[in-house]
Amino acid sequence: MGKRKLKELQINREWCKGCGICAAFCAKKVLEMDELDKAVPVRTEDCVVCRLCEMRCPDLAIEIVAEEQIEEEDIG
Amino acid sequence: MSNNIRFVQGNEACVEGALYAGLEFFAGYPITPSTEIAEQLSSRLPKIGGKFIQMEDEIASMCAIIGASLTGRKVMTATSGPGFSLKQEALGYAIMAEIPCVIVNVQRGGPSTGIPTHVHQGDVNQARWGTHGDHAIVALTASNHQDVFAMTVEAFNIAETYRTPVVLLFDEVVGHMRERLVLPEPGEIPIVERLRTSVKPGVNYHPYLPREDGRLPMSDFGGVHRYNVTGLYHDMWGFPSDEPKIINELLHHLMDKIEHRTNQLARFKEFYTEDAECLLISYGSSARSAREVVEKHRQRGERFGLLELLTLWPFPSDLIRQKAAGARLVVVVEMNMGQMCQSVRLAVDRPERVFLSNRVDGVFISPSDIEKTLHLIQGKGV
Amino acid sequence: MAVKDYIRERFFPHMWCAGCGHGIVLNGLIRAVEKLGIDKSAIVMVSGIGCSSRIAGYLDFHTLHTLHGRALAFATGVKLSKPELNVIVPMGDGDALAIGGNHFIHAARRNINITAIVMNNRIYGMTGGQCSPLSGYGTLASTAPYTNVDQSFDVVQLASAAGATFVARSTGFHVQQMTEIIQEAILHNGFSVVEVMSQCPTYFGRRNRQGDAVDMLKYMQKITTPIGSKAKEQNPELIERGVFVRKELPEYCSAYDTVIRRAKEGK
Repeated sequence: MGKRKLKELQINREWCKGCGICAAFCAKKVLEMDELDKAVPVRTEDCVVCRLCEMRCPDLAIEIVAEEQIEEEDIG
Repeated sequence: MSNNIRFVQGNEACVEGALYAGLEFFAGYPITPSTEIAEQLSSRLPKIGGKFIQMEDEIASMCAIIGASLTGRKVMTATSGPGFSLKQEALGYAIMAEIPCVIVNVQRGGPSTGIPTHVHQGDVNQARWGTHGDHAIVALTASNHQDVFAMTVEAFNIAETYRTPVVLLFDEVVGHMRERLVLPEPGEIPIVERLRTSVKPGVNYHPYLPREDGRLPMSDFGGVHRYNVTGLYHDMWGFPSDEPKIINELLHHLMDKIEHRTNQLARFKEFYTEDAECLLISYGSSARSAREVVEKHRQRGERFGLLELLTLWPFPSDLIRQKAAGARLVVVVEMNMGQMCQSVRLAVDRPERVFLSNRVDGVFISPSDIEKTLHLIQGKGV
Repeated sequence: MAVKDYIRERFFPHMWCAGCGHGIVLNGLIRAVEKLGIDKSAIVMVSGIGCSSRIAGYLDFHTLHTLHGRALAFATGVKLSKPELNVIVPMGDGDALAIGGNHFIHAARRNINITAIVMNNRIYGMTGGQCSPLSGYGTLASTAPYTNVDQSFDVVQLASAAGATFVARSTGFHVQQMTEIIQEAILHNGFSVVEVMSQCPTYFGRRNRQGDAVDMLKYMQKITTPIGSKAKEQNPELIERGVFVRKELPEYCSAYDTVIRRAKEGK
């Protein structure tokens, strides 16, 4: 399994309602909640692109852009 | 054209009319005295590639035809009293979402389970006011099988033209009586087809934006235009809205598209009304007895006339006021406690000359029943 | 992921509360449809009334937002009339199993090719937190202030007994499984039921002291287990997740084609 690398972790602050699900369940503690209760990426270098934050976001406010697209396809 | 002549029940005449009009989808639930419509269509529809489904209840039947109508089919359901009560919820939905569909109610005696196998005309006001909230409705009826056929075709035509549910309010006598029906040739009665949008793919289509002529072209589910349909107040794209302006305009649109066309939608028959001193007003099977009374009195040289209503709603007040203008006596003949009589009194000048001749015991009102009422009225010195 | 290709963006942010599980179902559903590569114009989503049913308005399919409990009846009309369409029916627990219970079991019995997703948050959210047929004995709700004495349905058992030919359960925590199950349910040729345990932190969570959305998801993780797991043997209280029923029976619309053929042949 090739290691995927994060290119960009976008948070749509307009849509984020601050439930904290993304930050609470991130195994690598990539995300935190800021003083306005919006999710912010703080340790993007640790992201393993598991995409669980993106998939669990009830607000559709997270978008993960991975760098190694070809490898990602190999993984399926 | 002897093969065009049938000897059928009124329910079968309704089936023939629906198929002539282009019915392709029927959902229903067994209930007396309308069941023959479902039975006949379960056999007839698949023969032409149409669909018949027996649903789990009348609620579901009404919902299913709305779903099918949105895919572009001409649809119908049929029921009687208690089943018509169950359909009111989704009937309101069809009014709000402007879904063309036809609902047959072959009336029996009510309230509640009432008297399933006997005749009544007690659902006249329910057809108008059965579903909650302000709304308009079209309800048609007929007294003989040729008219059952014609009014069924008319119901589909009106449903498609105005994107509205149309109620066919027949009664047990008309539904179960057998008489001659001459099937018209294809093309003999004009058929209104579904008006579909000409908006091209990729261009914004507004399902609820009326054209200049007031009509709303539709787009079939599964087609290129994806839009929303809801029973909530909605904007021209079909999305829910709580804006006062949108609510106000939509409700007025739903009322006006029917009520403003009351005279245009008024279907009726008249017999000797021009000079009638005693005008009988009736509809459905009771109009048959009323006609008999009128003919008999005319033979005696008495100025009796009959106005037979085929459109019950929107209520043709102008027509009635006009036809009753010269009459000394107006007698409404119906098999309920005076539901239409009440509307007639509101429509005419000098309502004190309007009397009710009715029968509500499940027995068909006969000419002699009407004569008895006439005697009573005359005994009162009218 | 091009989630935005599937939504009506102008209505976002959506109307659901922060942390509402229904948003996670929306998220999973979009991913399932995208993976299947189904044309948006070939999908009709029919919903009823309640928080759950608002999902239809957010999706760029043909969408039919109907009456409380009646979505499956409307959907049956759509599907039988035009069987080539993919019909998906998201429902709430009250919508599907209280007011819509009869339509639910009969759609299952007919085995019509519709995908029913029961977004089970155990509460009537839209009206402010009344108990539902899935709230469960001993829970609290605005209409069960002294604890609920109604037993609840088991959606999986009910759907299976009623004849659904694909029956599965997942949760808002197990998003990958949920997405895969929805994918399989859409592909399944017959009536499929997917129960997704969905959190309502605003009404169910708060009143029943289950904490916020994060706590409720952790709880779902704790109380569920894959079908047939060792953990289930040790703790029968655990709720199983996965595909419970996957079988083939004549699908209603295909069966009706046989009726048409027989009618045309005069048999």
